Amino acid sequence: MSTDTVLKADGVTRRFGRFTALKDVSVSFNRGRLTSIIGPNGAGKSTLFNVLSGAFPPSEGRIYYEDREITGTPQHAFPRMGIAKSFQITNVFPQLTAVENVRVALQAMTNRFTLWRSRTSFPELQEKAEALLDQVGLDRHRHRNAGNLAHGEQRCLEVALALACEPRLLLLDEPTAGMSPEETRVMMDLIEGLAAERTVILVEHKMKLVMGISDQLIVLHHGELLAEGTPADIQSNDDVKRVYLGQRT
Amino acid sequence: MAGYPIELIVMQLFTGLALGTVFVLLAVGLSMVFGLLTVVNFAHGAFYTVGAYTGVFLFGLTGNFWVCLVGVPLVVGTIGLVVERFLVRPLYGRGIDYPLLLTFGLAYVLVELVRIAFGTSGVPFSAPPSLQGALNLGFGYFPLYRVFLVGFTTVLLIGLWLFIERTRYGLVIRAGARDPEIVRVLGIDVSRVWLLVFGLGTAVAGLAGLLAAPMRGVIPEMGIPVLVEAFVVTVVGGMGSLAGAVVAGLLVGVVVSMTSLFAPAFADMSMFALMALVLVIRPQGLFGRAGLMGG
Repeated sequence: MSTDTVLKADGVTRRFGRFTALKDVSVSFNRGRLTSIIGPNGAGKSTLFNVLSGAFPPSEGRIYYEDREITGTPQHAFPRMGIAKSFQITNVFPQLTAVENVRVALQAMTNRFTLWRSRTSFPELQEKAEALLDQVGLDRHRHRNAGNLAHGEQRCLEVALALACEPRLLLLDEPTAGMSPEETRVMMDLIEGLAAERTVILVEHKMKLVMGISDQLIVLHHGELLAEGTPADIQSNDDVKRVYLGQRT
Repeated sequence: MAGYPIELIVMQLFTGLALGTVFVLLAVGLSMVFGLLTVVNFAHGAFYTVGAYTGVFLFGLTGNFWVCLVGVPLVVGTIGLVVERFLVRPLYGRGIDYPLLLTFGLAYVLVELVRIAFGTSGVPFSAPPSLQGALNLGFGYFPLYRVFLVGFTTVLLIGLWLFIERTRYGLVIRAGARDPEIVRVLGIDVSRVWLLVFGLGTAVAGLAGLLAAPMRGVIPEMGIPVLVEAFVVTVVGGMGSLAGAVVAGLLVGVVVSMTSLFAPAFADMSMFALMALVLVIRPQGLFGRAGLMGG
């Protein structure tokens, strides 16, 4: 594994019953780069995302992170390895306030045997949580219940949760799904800023959205790897043009 | 209400509250375990029985009620930890009926073990001498033990509330009640939280058994009606809601106690009538299910 590679999928196949969602996909993701996984609906993007982020193991093949194999590693171990993710569907705790949401995520990273030191470490956690909310532009909404935030704000909060573990690798599954154009712009700016400091893998349905900000693109089609390369390579790729033809994205 | 002196009504109200505190303790454990683990714990009544008998055993050993008050939740909680870790845990993700059947069977095993160890007939257990007698509450004399029961349960519930609202463990519990999957993705080993909650739930059930023993007697079958009562309270309060368990527990206690004063023949069915009424008006229970502390 080259030192530039952070995450690698090697011959990954994933079946659901008799349906093969992902067929022998081998891809690697470079350190410090923003790589987008694109493809039409049903291309296997989310399946690849879930396999890479440990939501479920591949049926065949292996996943490597930095220098070790992580195939089958339990979900809760990922943040401690420096890998964070946010899902396609909004995942925040609606009944907790924004700042409490972030605190849950921060706590996950503290030593579990110090969980009881609630008084002493409280201010420090609170400060960190507030700083993360600032970073995603939610400083004004600290004490509102997450469930009462607008959709776009909830997605930003979700990014703050993912950042709590100070990830070296950030995986985002369609972070702009269901967003207004204005919310989408805010989110894409946020992602671009985050990508300056860490490796980011972004799953996106809308190809146009990621062209400008991606260093690398991976195109899936019918569960198979269709093309891989820089945005310029992909734009001139005939296979990709054919697949996306007629899809005004 | 003619013919009933006001003192009697007030006394009966207080009796209802004392009875209600036992309901609250039972429902809190049942509701917490359901709210977080989605496990309908049919062994809850058996843990209550085990709690009472552990109290009898520890009292025989030490002669000290206060030792029992500390020892019973520890012993029963430990049994709960073992049960969650080795019996319930393999069943997660298989649907709600698997742990239900397991705990149903476990209840029979636990009660049978109690019968083998302590015999099939009841054993005597009375309040410690320091809690016997009566206390003048201004409106009349009231058994001291029941006053203690109300006070002790209040302190215990405040402690539990502080634990859930103010500690970092509690924050994870509140978060996990809604969506264990996100908690896991954020890097928390949820199975540890579930283990803790199950242990806590059974410890509180055991404690309820000990506390109820001087009032309601100690027999191997004591957990059966209690399981029904705990479910009624949980349904009335709203599955998974701690606040609901408290309000509904006290409400059911008062309703039962008042009915037995004014219409004794209906005392046993009054709580079911209340449950039916609540289900018609608010099917999700008084406090719904918006997370553990929801509502």
